[in-house]
Amino acid sequence: MPNIIIQIKKAGLVGRGGGGFPTGLKWEFVKKAHGSEKYVIANASEGEPGVKKDLFILENHPERFMDGMRLAIEYLGDRGRGKKKIDVKGYVYLNPRYSKNKKLVKKLKQTIGSLPVTIFNKPKTAGYAGGEETSVLNGIEGKRVEPRLRPPFPPTNGLWNSPTLVNNVETFYDVSLAAAGEYKGERFYTINGDCLWTGVYRFPSDWTIEKILKKTDNYPGFDFFIQVGGDGSGVVLNSKQLKRPAVGSGSITVYSAIKHDPMVLIKKWADFFRSESCGQCTPCREGTFRLRELLGDKNTNWQMLLELLNNLSETSFCGLGSSAPTAIFSFLENVVMTPVGERMKLPKADRKMIADCLTCKLSN
Amino acid sequence: MIKIKINGKTVACEEGSTIMRAAKSKGINIPGLCGHPDLPIKANCRVCVVEVVGRKNLVTSCSTKAENGMEILTESGRVRRARNANLELIYAEHIEKCPECIWRFECKLLKTAQKYKLLITTFRDRKKDRRTYKFANAVEIDGTQCIDCRNCVDACSLLQNIHYLELAGKGVNQEVVPTKKKNIQCILCGQCAVHCPVSAAQEQAQWRDAESLIKNKSKSGKIMVAQFAPSIRVSIGEDFGLPYGQIVTEQIVAGLRQLGFDYVFDVNFSADITTIIEAEELLSRLSKKTAKAPMPMITSCCPGWVNYAEIYHPEILPHLTTARSPHIHGGGIIKTYWAKKMGLNPKNIVVVSIMPCTAKKYEAKRPEMKIKGLYPVDNVLTTREFSFMLKKNNLDLSKLKKSRADNPLGEYSGAAAIFGGSGGVMESALRAAHVLACGDRRSGVCRSRVDYKAVRGSEDIKEATVAVAGKMLRVAVVNGIGHVEPVLKNLKKYDYIEVMACPGGCIGGGGQPIPTSRKIISERAAALHEIDKKSAFRKSYDNKGALDVLKWLKNENHKLEHAVLHTKYKKRRKY
Repeated sequence: MPNIIIQIKKAGLVGRGGGGFPTGLKWEFVKKAHGSEKYVIANASEGEPGVKKDLFILENHPERFMDGMRLAIEYLGDRGRGKKKIDVKGYVYLNPRYSKNKKLVKKLKQTIGSLPVTIFNKPKTAGYAGGEETSVLNGIEGKRVEPRLRPPFPPTNGLWNSPTLVNNVETFYDVSLAAAGEYKGERFYTINGDCLWTGVYRFPSDWTIEKILKKTDNYPGFDFFIQVGGDGSGVVLNSKQLKRPAVGSGSITVYSAIKHDPMVLIKKWADFFRSESCGQCTPCREGTFRLRELLGDKNTNWQMLLELLNNLSETSFCGLGSSAPTAIFSFLENVVMTPVGERMKLPKADRKMIADCLTCKLSN
Repeated sequence: MIKIKINGKTVACEEGSTIMRAAKSKGINIPGLCGHPDLPIKANCRVCVVEVVGRKNLVTSCSTKAENGMEILTESGRVRRARNANLELIYAEHIEKCPECIWRFECKLLKTAQKYKLLITTFRDRKKDRRTYKFANAVEIDGTQCIDCRNCVDACSLLQNIHYLELAGKGVNQEVVPTKKKNIQCILCGQCAVHCPVSAAQEQAQWRDAESLIKNKSKSGKIMVAQFAPSIRVSIGEDFGLPYGQIVTEQIVAGLRQLGFDYVFDVNFSADITTIIEAEELLSRLSKKTAKAPMPMITSCCPGWVNYAEIYHPEILPHLTTARSPHIHGGGIIKTYWAKKMGLNPKNIVVVSIMPCTAKKYEAKRPEMKIKGLYPVDNVLTTREFSFMLKKNNLDLSKLKKSRADNPLGEYSGAAAIFGGSGGVMESALRAAHVLACGDRRSGVCRSRVDYKAVRGSEDIKEATVAVAGKMLRVAVVNGIGHVEPVLKNLKKYDYIEVMACPGGCIGGGGQPIPTSRKIISERAAALHEIDKKSAFRKSYDNKGALDVLKWLKNENHKLEHAVLHTKYKKRRKY
């Protein structure tokens, strides 16, 4: 086994884009796949609201990040001693807001230096769905930016049908640390919302959310709940559920239970997915539209609303669609239906309907 | 073979087969809307979802391969809920225009709603303000009925290589639109329509015109004449539950009579005319090449191909045979020869063609087709429109009492019969050219040849060298406009080229029954060759009626003869 794979596996690295797939395994898949050309893509689209850690890394540690990309390019290009190297090209698929930051781009270009890496600006209209791994491939190929049908998977049939490694910015950063023997099991956390010390932090990845909030002096003194792993698709937890590590893309957003109107929040989530849907599959294209429509009605039809949400997680084309209902479902279950939720602005009839529907959802 | 469990029953299925296919082979039909065997799997409608025990989410059975030991549920509570939810969402994207819709007897949306007891009106109509894009007078895409499955876009680009239809907008604003690129134009082939599951892409219907003309015929004094294409006799039966490739020539005639047409002619007769004209031209070009009539000669009976040539390759137009297409020949002969024979004023004759094709609608209205100020053909209905008219009038084609087409324009050779399939026009012309080149065909000097098997079959491009009267002809048959470019780039390699815009030729035409797929097309092709084989005579020159008509035209006057038999082409950018 090559050194770099041993180091990655020993460090136990997993993807930091949100999926959490074992990094070493992914690299080996791409290595094993046949192809005279291979690609390495750093996914810096960071389309999930409330997550800013990739930006933080690009601004503050571009050398580390690019070192990770270099390691991937070298690893995939190497066919053993005496054999001709495989042609490996790299792309940084950059969030259009970040590419406007001239200082960031200049520094990134300097860091790239002579490496065969190109900065590709993610199309402005691509949005959230444009950050999905296979959407990234379509984006770079100049096709309509939307997820591809799998299988085949990118490690065998990726960019221009060649074996392709797609990793998040932070993942490459971690690889660089692991290769240098400096990886200490830490990750980045973005803290947002109703707290004083928002920003990007680095802590051990096994720390609980509670510990992180306390350590950063952000643990609220008021009734609150939080959303972990992105303000769009992240799971909502109440203050008694914080003795667990932050998952996914590692963001923690604090919401004051008094300040927030539950319906406004639900509409915000529904709006996000409606406007970000790529339109490819029925449950997401039409489902999120109908979801938002139901929320605009005078009397909310909770049964149908939850049915549509459930259908999204059951039948969506891509992972983004199936994680779309997480926020609303978990908000209803973990906040609205708890003592904290009782004090929130929501008619009793609605509350009862939600309770009935949730039990029926669980029983199915 | 692998073993899987479907709904508790262990069954064997082929390795590599999708769950949907495996289930179907065991008699379990899983509904789906976006899949088409001619196109890559897209899995975007999400109606065919099933439960695989042990997997977190439901999977689409159209795209998921069956694996050994897999346990599949196609009717569990989870599956039903999801399937119904997605169906109801799709119904909400499709504005029901059922009373006017020619698809209403076949509509999968109505059928699934009935089967699963679903409301088609759970949600408000979202797309009621969507545009309808009309392409000439032939094809249209009605945005209010589209369910965003993208089959039309794939048919236009992946199958036909035209790239006229595109997807615009994102998410809920996604819409199928004609491209804004100025150098791309629709060829009206209708492959979008024959691949559309919900009749959003469809022909521009003319059945209403035909219906009202028939209704008012006693008042207007019009004589209603119908003629039907070679290919529809092997396809329309499918719309009435008959097996693929069932030959229903006489039932078609009966159906047309029942609908109120006064006379019914068979376009196979005119196909013999077309063949003779084309063969004569081929031999004349062979013996004497000119700038106006260069070699190779290319067929022109496919109007989608003619549109393509006029738009994309005006430089090759001199290569196209000037022979008109069979139904235009037919209409012209009806309004001249037959009118005279019957003592009718051609102005009072209405000719309606039943065609497998959408582009024929435009062909019929080309001004250069006019003969003495009259269009040879007044209306063109697709096979689907004809099916619809029959069903609307409670006429079951499969149960109609057989009737024969009217004479003298009714008999035909086996060569005419195969016009409907890829390679057929070429084979017919070769048979005729062979006869013609041999001089007195009864003399037995050269053994006449009938079967040219090298030009049959479903390959994209068929190439062969065939002996015609001692000359070796290099021929090519292009099966689908998507494959025409490599042949056009190497024109010098050939003497005679047949091009059909639709895969399979007319039997795969844009106006044919839905579904039409490669497999179904091959069954229809086999049926055409069956007719050919069983024909009393197999060469166009043996069609006495056709020879009589040609003789009559020759004696009448040269101008009329030319007007009825020949046409011309011009460079164009739009319709």
